[in-house]
Amino acid sequence: MTTPREFKYVGTRPIRHDGVDKVTGRASYGADVVWPGMLHGFVLRSPHAHARIVSIDTRAAEATPGVKAVLTGKDLPETTATIALGEAAIDLRDVGDNMLARTKVLYHGHAVAAVAATTIDIAREAAEKIQVVYEVLEPVTGIDRAIAADAPILHPALRTKGAASPGAAGPTNIASRLEFKRGDVDAAFAEADVVVEREFRTPMVHQGYIEPHACIARCGEDGRAVVWCTTQGPFVVRDACAAIAGLDPAHVKVIPSEIGGGFGGKIVVYLEPMAIALSRKAQRPVKMVMGRDEVFRATGPTSGSRVRVKLGAKRDGTLVAATASLWYEAGAYRGSPVGAGAMCALAAYKIPSFFIEAHDVVVNKPKVAAYRAPGSPIAAFAVESVVDEIARELKMDPIELRLKNANAEGDKAPYGPKYGPIGLKQILEAARNHPHWTSPLAANQGRGIAVGFWFNAGMNSSATVILDTDGSAAVVTGNPDIGGTRAAQAIMVAEELGIPVERVRPGVGDTDGSGYTDLTGGSRVCYATGMAVIRAAEDVRDQLKARAAQIWNVAVDAVGWENGRAIPPAGTEKAEAMTVAGLAAKMAHTGGPIVGRASLYAPMAGPAFGAHICDLEVDSETGQSKVVRYTVFQDVGRAVHPGYVEGQMQGGAAQGIGWALNEEYIYDADGVMENAGFLDYRMPVASDLPMIDTVIIEVPNPLHPYGVRGVGEVPIVPPLAAVANAMRDATGIRFTELPLSPPRVLEAIEAASAVSVGA
Amino acid sequence: MTKLHIETTINGEPREFLCDSHETLLSALRNGLGLTGTKEGCATGDCGACSILLDGRLVPACLVLAPEAQGRAVTTIEGLSSGDALHPLQQKFLEHAALQCGVCTPGFIVAAKALLDAKPNPSEDETRYWLAGNLCRCTGYDKIIRAVLDAASEMKESAI
Amino acid sequence: MATVHLPSGLTQYTGGVETIDIDAARVPELIAALGHRFPQIAEQLGEMAVAIDGEIYQDPGYQLLRADSDVHLVPRIAGG
Repeated sequence: MTTPREFKYVGTRPIRHDGVDKVTGRASYGADVVWPGMLHGFVLRSPHAHARIVSIDTRAAEATPGVKAVLTGKDLPETTATIALGEAAIDLRDVGDNMLARTKVLYHGHAVAAVAATTIDIAREAAEKIQVVYEVLEPVTGIDRAIAADAPILHPALRTKGAASPGAAGPTNIASRLEFKRGDVDAAFAEADVVVEREFRTPMVHQGYIEPHACIARCGEDGRAVVWCTTQGPFVVRDACAAIAGLDPAHVKVIPSEIGGGFGGKIVVYLEPMAIALSRKAQRPVKMVMGRDEVFRATGPTSGSRVRVKLGAKRDGTLVAATASLWYEAGAYRGSPVGAGAMCALAAYKIPSFFIEAHDVVVNKPKVAAYRAPGSPIAAFAVESVVDEIARELKMDPIELRLKNANAEGDKAPYGPKYGPIGLKQILEAARNHPHWTSPLAANQGRGIAVGFWFNAGMNSSATVILDTDGSAAVVTGNPDIGGTRAAQAIMVAEELGIPVERVRPGVGDTDGSGYTDLTGGSRVCYATGMAVIRAAEDVRDQLKARAAQIWNVAVDAVGWENGRAIPPAGTEKAEAMTVAGLAAKMAHTGGPIVGRASLYAPMAGPAFGAHICDLEVDSETGQSKVVRYTVFQDVGRAVHPGYVEGQMQGGAAQGIGWALNEEYIYDADGVMENAGFLDYRMPVASDLPMIDTVIIEVPNPLHPYGVRGVGEVPIVPPLAAVANAMRDATGIRFTELPLSPPRVLEAIEAASAVSVGA
Repeated sequence: MTKLHIETTINGEPREFLCDSHETLLSALRNGLGLTGTKEGCATGDCGACSILLDGRLVPACLVLAPEAQGRAVTTIEGLSSGDALHPLQQKFLEHAALQCGVCTPGFIVAAKALLDAKPNPSEDETRYWLAGNLCRCTGYDKIIRAVLDAASEMKESAI
Repeated sequence: MATVHLPSGLTQYTGGVETIDIDAARVPELIAALGHRFPQIAEQLGEMAVAIDGEIYQDPGYQLLRADSDVHLVPRIAGG
């Protein structure tokens, strides 16, 4: 168990170390660098959602003055490598094919060729001269069509992996199917007093990071490549680039730029191997920057979905049975987060009997990528909406219903193992006792609550802490800082060494300058990399104690450590406690420089829950709705820098509110996205939102020295249902399809009033 | 293609540059003049990451042609701090943790400066509507709005 | 003997067996023993995460097992 500990720096709010560079415009993001002699790359993309590539003629482009290299899928080797990272690993063959189509284009905007030229205008004009002959095929633009008996098949070799449906065999668009079950579901439903069943649909939505993908790469005659890019995972990029561009990973160095948002969307490579391959042909650096429409059309959004949920409860509110059938769009290649969705769907509740099935379905849309708690928000939208309906049927307070069924430490998660200490009941109790829950609502307003779950990842992390002769320290990890992790890491070093946070210099290393570290994502940086940082600082502290022992001529074990000072054993003559600075000043005379290091593999063991309360005001004349009050409750284990913890909670809530109210990929019948820009893909702006209140609950995670759980992903899980439940409360209408945009809401309100007028 | 020669004032300094007739001011700032604090998020005037002041007026640099800067005064994020002192807005963004990834931050600070120039004491609602042309995907805007309101009140106090 | 719980989706290949006790000191030996016992699922076992006494390892490597460890095979999870 974590011993209760008095912290000096953990829980404080120092100014982030990279802050001044970011408020003055000096920080360098993906597109901000210029390398001498660099060329500009432009990608030619498919005008069809589904077509066979018959031929590509690049001669006219190559003959254009200023063009230095042209690339098609045939120029790259086919790899069978995978990177173990999440569901079914990253299949680099698919990633390569997705980056540059070989034989088939599988979505509108799929890259088919790339050009590097002395200016971007020349590259674009030359790309337009490339002649591609397509055999156009019928596009599969949704789940219903994809699983129809006569559906066009995206991948002729694809067969369903996992628990196949009875009788399924042969070519299919269902890439995988899995099941979770417990108990006798039919018998359990027969015991229920109340049963509610609904089917829900959500459209594809995008992470919406403000900085488009960008990189610059150079590859020399010796096959060695250097890549500067905006990414959540420089080591993932290194390994993917090597496999896809056909290089030895030993010859690839990736330097992560500052990153302008990712939310899971900047893990997969879209440009980097192309830039390397173009540079290899041209023998000059190549810069590639996506336009916003390319980001929408050709990077990874998250799945559109169809989810059917059925819940049964006793009169007293005890949930007794559940079924859930999840169908998630994977986009053009297998790999939707439906497995995680299935594991998260019922994670909050003790339900003795359930059956969950999950299907990964390929369609002619962009290949999905991770998006903040991948798969969980979609499942929570369905389950938490049905839980709300059960509460209404039973005339029970929705928080009481959830508390009655809430999982706690020692309960078995639906996906198998028992939970350790979790804070679900604590957050529900905090929500029930918060003034928001009992405050009066104005006319046309409704209130909704929903909970959400995420695992929080562990995996590989490394950290180095370097002590300087003045007693200050640098800390280097391989995790790009996407939202304040430098500040958190500096706090941890300060806490362990007892030096001021301002005297710690946190840095992000490149792939040669830091130990292997998995990506910035999965809410893992403060937890797993943080653990490595703490251990590296402890390593420095142990070395300092040894130096003190040497100075005092005592045994190392006899040296104590308090408040950032080495303490001599009692009775040691002429020995006084020594500060870090004092010991650091003597490093050269006591054995040389001190560098602390730690590398570890952390298990995924800090599962966390959040609960959100949403007040929505609905204009019944226009269907327009507005969030008027919003409170986020979350168990974060331990908030290292509360300012950035609150920021994660607020930002996740805002993204989820956007998903609920306005965001969607809109496709025409040919599979062309019709709203590939920020004007028509409507993300929340400042005037759409109120202040977002936060309540941090700290149920320490026993596997982390401070109790950190991770915070970033949970807050996007509850908002979809919290908003929909508020909409139900305000209008009396249960919406089962997102987004709750004004036209959809108005139509439903008018239909409902027509019915009541008719009656 | 013959380049155009443009004479302009950027952050108080006379500058000249060459550009194509169809080049955006955003491109000229970032690529020609090395002022990469102004970011490109969409190139269609929807995200506000390239917010600058043109003769004191808030505009997205992606919707201004570079030749339009001829004889005008351009203010970018690089022109906000003076000497070694941050602008109060920059300081308040840091104190309130009003940035996460930070890529929208320069645009927000320039847009907020335009707000406070026009209206030194804005309400929360006025601030939210003024900044509605700037997208932030990380923060949910809460801390940004607080930072701007706090900067406004501090600037008002120091003006007295 | 570690108690291993198989995911319900795989039980159609294990003759309905959902839980099995296996004597193994480490995860690789446990996976090998399972694959030997149920050849039809051997290939899929290597692609799964392993929960040992409540802690999920995306890549379980050579994790040690206790004599009474509770082991669940679960799908791998992506993070954003």
